[in-house]
Amino acid sequence: MKKKAIVCRCEDITEEDVLNAIEEGYTDIEELRKVLRIGMGPCQGRVCIQLVMKLLEKKTGKKVSKASLPTSRPPIVPVSLGTLASDKDEK
Amino acid sequence: MKSKADVVIIGGGVSGCSLAYNLARAGIDVVVLEKKYLSSGATGACGAGIRQQWSTKENATLAIKSVKIFEKLSKELGEDIDLRQGGYLIIIHDDKGMKQSEKNVEMQRSLGLKVDILEPKQINDIVPILNVKGMQAIGATFCPTDGHANPFKTTFAYANAAKRHGAKIYTHTSVVDIKLNRNKISEVKTDKEPIKTNTVVNAAGVWSKEIAEMIGVKLPNIPFRKEIMVTERLKPMFEAMVISFKDGIYFSQQMEGQIIGGIPIPEERSGYKIIPTFSFMKHMSKTLTRYAPVLKHVNMLRHWTGFYDVTPDARPILGEINGVKGFIQCNGFSGHGFMLSPMVTKLLSDFIVEGKSSDILESLNLDRYKDKKIVKEVSVVG
Repeated sequence: MKKKAIVCRCEDITEEDVLNAIEEGYTDIEELRKVLRIGMGPCQGRVCIQLVMKLLEKKTGKKVSKASLPTSRPPIVPVSLGTLASDKDEK
Repeated sequence: MKSKADVVIIGGGVSGCSLAYNLARAGIDVVVLEKKYLSSGATGACGAGIRQQWSTKENATLAIKSVKIFEKLSKELGEDIDLRQGGYLIIIHDDKGMKQSEKNVEMQRSLGLKVDILEPKQINDIVPILNVKGMQAIGATFCPTDGHANPFKTTFAYANAAKRHGAKIYTHTSVVDIKLNRNKISEVKTDKEPIKTNTVVNAAGVWSKEIAEMIGVKLPNIPFRKEIMVTERLKPMFEAMVISFKDGIYFSQQMEGQIIGGIPIPEERSGYKIIPTFSFMKHMSKTLTRYAPVLKHVNMLRHWTGFYDVTPDARPILGEINGVKGFIQCNGFSGHGFMLSPMVTKLLSDFIVEGKSSDILESLNLDRYKDKKIVKEVSVVG
């Protein structure tokens, strides 16, 4: 993978950005997410998180536990506020 | 790991990290213990807002002084915290709200804050997408120097600066016990090595209650789960944070273009449950599209849960516990920890370094609950 390779398409983050952040001391996947915003775009990390995990493992030599990966948040796929608001109240 | 320190701070949120910075800068040997990663609790889940428009003088004073620090913080810490001062627009819906607002504004102005009461027709000058009729607004208050900053960047910037001044920060390290010697702090036991110290700061957010119980101190704090959502990124449309104490809603457009906002749900309960609810999605989207109908075309990307560490008067608990020397509280922020952290940690640092107390620290000591007449902060959202 070339350093200019895009790791996170939603937030336009390259491999180099990730490696630099790890070098600066952000060696926790959640911390990387918070400084780079990886996984915070419309894809919710489906594209980037696995790649960032691999980069982190390669760079630190430590296994990243699956349990430390960011939690999936609803609505999982983007839904418009109009659609969500159109639900009738039960009462 | 270090085996001793002058001060051990429990909690790596914005309060813990900014206090570590203030202490380390003053030459104090300080350690921060964080059970997960930095900003993993309320700091990382918060709405990012910085507001000076409060109903109690203490909160307003702390917030005004915090904003002065926030304004210079990127330069001071050497990292950008993305501060944006677009103001807070507080919607007023009825006569009762107007009376409270007039009272608040008078007090806030006495502290030197620039804040105005707006007519309904002035609301769209500040935030064009709002529907004045839909919100049932009879007015609003606006303070142009309120705003928001990035809580992650602020926490990391404080932590990095603290480390440069010699502070040690241990993440993924839990406190399992605190030892006393003749009612004086003597040691903190962790799931790794123990640390000898005479001063412990309890900045553990909603887990502060559990930390205090380790040495038999009872805090009145209750964890309240709060939900918050974020939309996709949009072009810049408005700069102010819009809030309503009556509807409980708050929302703003962040630096990157996304709209972040929250609202309480009717069936809200206290506790540590963190699963987001469908009720929130529905309630939030209904209210938000009533306030700003154009947003019905905008996608919600995700929503999550954070905690308010709520005290009986919605004000923080600060300072040393009477009878336990060296046990200092920095918790109970009731949803406002991020915005108050710069000044609160400066006051606590002055107390720890120089033994210098202040009227604000005294008035926010745990002892205030012994007195039956507490003054409640009423300007709360979310």
